[in-house]
Amino acid sequence: MLYEDGEASTARRTLSASARLLRRLHLDGPLLAALAAVVGYGLFVLWSAGGENLAMWINQLERLALAVAALVLLAQVPPAWLRRLSPVLYGIGILLLIAVMVHGDVGKGAQRWLVIGPLRFQPSELMKLGVPMMCGWYLYDRPLPPSLRDVLVVLVIIAVPSFIIAKQPDLGTALLIASAGLLVVFLAGLSIIVLLAGLAALGAAVPVAWHFMHDYQRQRVLMFLDPSQDPLGAGYHSIQSQIAIGSGGVFGKGWMNGSQAQLEFLPERSTDFIFAVIGEELGLLGQMFLIGLYLAVIGRALYMASEAQDTYARLVCGSFALTFFVYVFVNTGMVSGILPVVGVPLPLVSYGGTAMVTLLASFGVLMSLNRHRKLVGS
Amino acid sequence: MPRSVRIKDHWGEQRLFIGRTLFAAIAAVVLLAVVGGRLFWLQVVRHDYFVDLSQGNRVRLEALPPDRGLIYDRNGTVIAENTPAFQLELTPEQVADVPGTLRRLADLGLIEADQVPALGRLIRAGRKFEAVPLRLSLSDTDIATFAVRQFEFPGVEIQTRLARWYPFGPAGAHALGYVAAISEEDLAQINADEYAGSSVIGKIGLESTYEQQLHGAAGFRQVLVNAQGRHVDRLGTVPVKLSTRPSRAGNDLFLGLDMRVQRVAEEALAGRRGAVIAIDPTNGDVIALASVPSFDPNKFTRGISNHEYVALRDDLDRPLFNRALRGTYPPGSTVKPLMALAGLEYGAIDPKATRFCHGYFMLPGSSRHYRDWKKEGHGTVDMRRAIAVSCDVYFYGLAELLGIERVHEAMTGLGFGKPTGIDITGERAGLMPSEEWKRQTYKQAWFPGDTVIIGIGQGYMLATPLQLAHAAAVVAGRGRSFRPRLVTGVRDATTRVVKTFAPVADPPVELKDPSNWDVIIEGMEMVTEAGGTAAAAARGASYKIAGKTGTAQVFGIGQNEKYNASTISERLRDHALFIAFAPADAPKLAVAVLVENGGHGSSAAAPIARRLFDAYLLGKYDAPPVAVPAVE
Repeated sequence: MLYEDGEASTARRTLSASARLLRRLHLDGPLLAALAAVVGYGLFVLWSAGGENLAMWINQLERLALAVAALVLLAQVPPAWLRRLSPVLYGIGILLLIAVMVHGDVGKGAQRWLVIGPLRFQPSELMKLGVPMMCGWYLYDRPLPPSLRDVLVVLVIIAVPSFIIAKQPDLGTALLIASAGLLVVFLAGLSIIVLLAGLAALGAAVPVAWHFMHDYQRQRVLMFLDPSQDPLGAGYHSIQSQIAIGSGGVFGKGWMNGSQAQLEFLPERSTDFIFAVIGEELGLLGQMFLIGLYLAVIGRALYMASEAQDTYARLVCGSFALTFFVYVFVNTGMVSGILPVVGVPLPLVSYGGTAMVTLLASFGVLMSLNRHRKLVGS
Repeated sequence: MPRSVRIKDHWGEQRLFIGRTLFAAIAAVVLLAVVGGRLFWLQVVRHDYFVDLSQGNRVRLEALPPDRGLIYDRNGTVIAENTPAFQLELTPEQVADVPGTLRRLADLGLIEADQVPALGRLIRAGRKFEAVPLRLSLSDTDIATFAVRQFEFPGVEIQTRLARWYPFGPAGAHALGYVAAISEEDLAQINADEYAGSSVIGKIGLESTYEQQLHGAAGFRQVLVNAQGRHVDRLGTVPVKLSTRPSRAGNDLFLGLDMRVQRVAEEALAGRRGAVIAIDPTNGDVIALASVPSFDPNKFTRGISNHEYVALRDDLDRPLFNRALRGTYPPGSTVKPLMALAGLEYGAIDPKATRFCHGYFMLPGSSRHYRDWKKEGHGTVDMRRAIAVSCDVYFYGLAELLGIERVHEAMTGLGFGKPTGIDITGERAGLMPSEEWKRQTYKQAWFPGDTVIIGIGQGYMLATPLQLAHAAAVVAGRGRSFRPRLVTGVRDATTRVVKTFAPVADPPVELKDPSNWDVIIEGMEMVTEAGGTAAAAARGASYKIAGKTGTAQVFGIGQNEKYNASTISERLRDHALFIAFAPADAPKLAVAVLVENGGHGSSAAAPIARRLFDAYLLGKYDAPPVAVPAVE
């Protein structure tokens, strides 16, 4: 008994020791655990989806290490600093976007990359943090729900970078950034009537948007509406993706045994369409498991947002949590054929890009805003 | 409360925020539930449908071309077989610079420079991952040339495949025909399933006529392919079950042809233009079918180059022309025994009745001289002697006695003017004229003079060497007529059972008095005896030959001119002919020989027949040719 008691108390002590460490690092245990589960699952799937490509897998690990470092680092920054630095971050982001517009690297037919010395990154990623933080900064000391004037200012803050990015053209990222900003407005308590009116205006703007779209974007929308129109052309992604998922069934064909994925019928199998690989190889269960993990991340993040003490923290945390949800929904919706094909990766699972770093960085900010609370309060 | 004065209400804001968060959380769960519902639809409700689609994606059918049937001669010697050939292939998706690659291959002499544009088009037309054959057969030198430079040509490889091979080359080529690349016209005729994967088809000769037997049917194999269509041997970690339906090989053909006799025939004709047909009169089997000059059919099976083909096509000696089946010639004096037979059959003449030949014949009331080949004449001749010495005057008179209609009837009965029905395509009917024919063709009446010269096989009458051989066989069989045939049996590729075909008997030529056969056969025997026109060619033979020489005029000579072989161009010289069968009392072989512009049948054609008889009857396949003086 004594022995067992001793072990139990040792276990308790270890637990409280790690809890103490987490608290000292301003990290949230449950959220970290949910994120780790998603990332681990993603690495497992990527090994198969990437065709057992070790170099690719290690590359992803390196990026993960960078992302975790960003998370931990940002969690250490005091919330007040983050708030005060928001306009600076936003300003730098806008300048870089303009720089890219003037002379950026062209990759895959779009101008998105900026090369500074050995660094090669997409400034649009920076704006995924910059836009919601800037919106939060602006609304921080203003009475909520925001006045119409404040809403208009925030809309301008959102529209400028979104428009530049959409012009690169990178519709997926522009969409994510715009929604991150709009979510701030929504969380700030914009009246439902104005919101509905805005949505109606958006609906009216669809024909206008159509006019400004690139041909390939129009193709994607058309193909979403009827993928069978051109099965080997623009509709190919959507059809092959649905075949992969549908043929997987409840239990899947087995890890590394998906014919659609392994024989390369599925395009972008390790990046944007990795969710279809999960569907084919691990089945409905494998996909629902991942969606469950995502819900845990989103739920915990929203809970943390609701615990936040000031407007800035609340708005930014809530926006990050819901943007993460938008990622999940847009990607899974596109892969399963209920949304058009837009270049949005499956968060923390898709290979490549700088999305992993940006996403974990946003969770770092979220933890900082949340976990400094008690220290400030005490 | 005035709108402009608003202060921050922290508690209210938090409540508002929590409300919005809750709303968003619920929206998130609902939207993800929609995704989940969609996944359920795809993976559970429509699962079977998508399984079929994914199966169709990755499993392809690949054709397994059948092995073409072999062809054997009567002794079981293979005369058409399949041997591995080395083929130069290019896979477009692995070649960065196709035009440059082709140019460099042409520089090495591996492909022809003038084919580069056509090959370029062929490559562009095909699928990226499918290898395109650049050249069908490579020599050892070509292989060595390529081997040392292979590293300069990524995507170009040497592949082995089965190609048709005719081990005897040009020998028998006009009977065998050849296979060559399937053309667009061929594609319209064939069953695409059976020809899946096949690249060649029989073009002429046996290869074409018996295409159905020889080709067989393609099989199929399921193969696993990736999205680029390339084969992969596994999918993930689990081996995949794939089905295969093997191809059905083509049936083997057995011929009546004796390759040894065939080669003697072609050798005997070497350096000249002509044809030899040898038929077994007891069943119609074609023992030899030669048309010289010949061509090497292997050139066609392995991809003939354009300039090689043009050279063959435009050759003045026309090697691609099958003289045996398609060449039509005036039969000359070879028709005399047949004319005699008609005279006897119609009772127009008594075999013992004599006629005095003084060197020319004149129709009553005409001053035109129909000259005998022998200026001074043959003196008194009866029917047998007229055949033996080939007296023209006797047969001018006989033809006049018979009249064209009876000549036409008798000759048509012996197979002239219509195809013999040999089992390869392309045979010509020749021409057996009649009054009716002349009226229709020339809008002219038939003149008695037209009949006179038909008596010696001149004038409008035209016959193929095959028809002459067939007629000789009918005489040898005393009226029994068999349709000439090359194929005597077929071996089923699956069961290995040989099915032997019965000879095809045509209606026999029946005479009112069968002893009339003896009269003309005796006359034909006298041809090869002392004093006969083919005596020299038959000298020393241990068997009796019944034959008839012929010399067919190509060049008309005026009434008072003299034919002088040395003064006229070689191509205007007379055609030399000889028909014969032996042994005369129990015929085993009937032969027709034609030597274009050969001069006299006695000196140019008869010795060739003698060599064939020696080969077939005595097994002397390498007897030296005998020198024979020219007489008609």
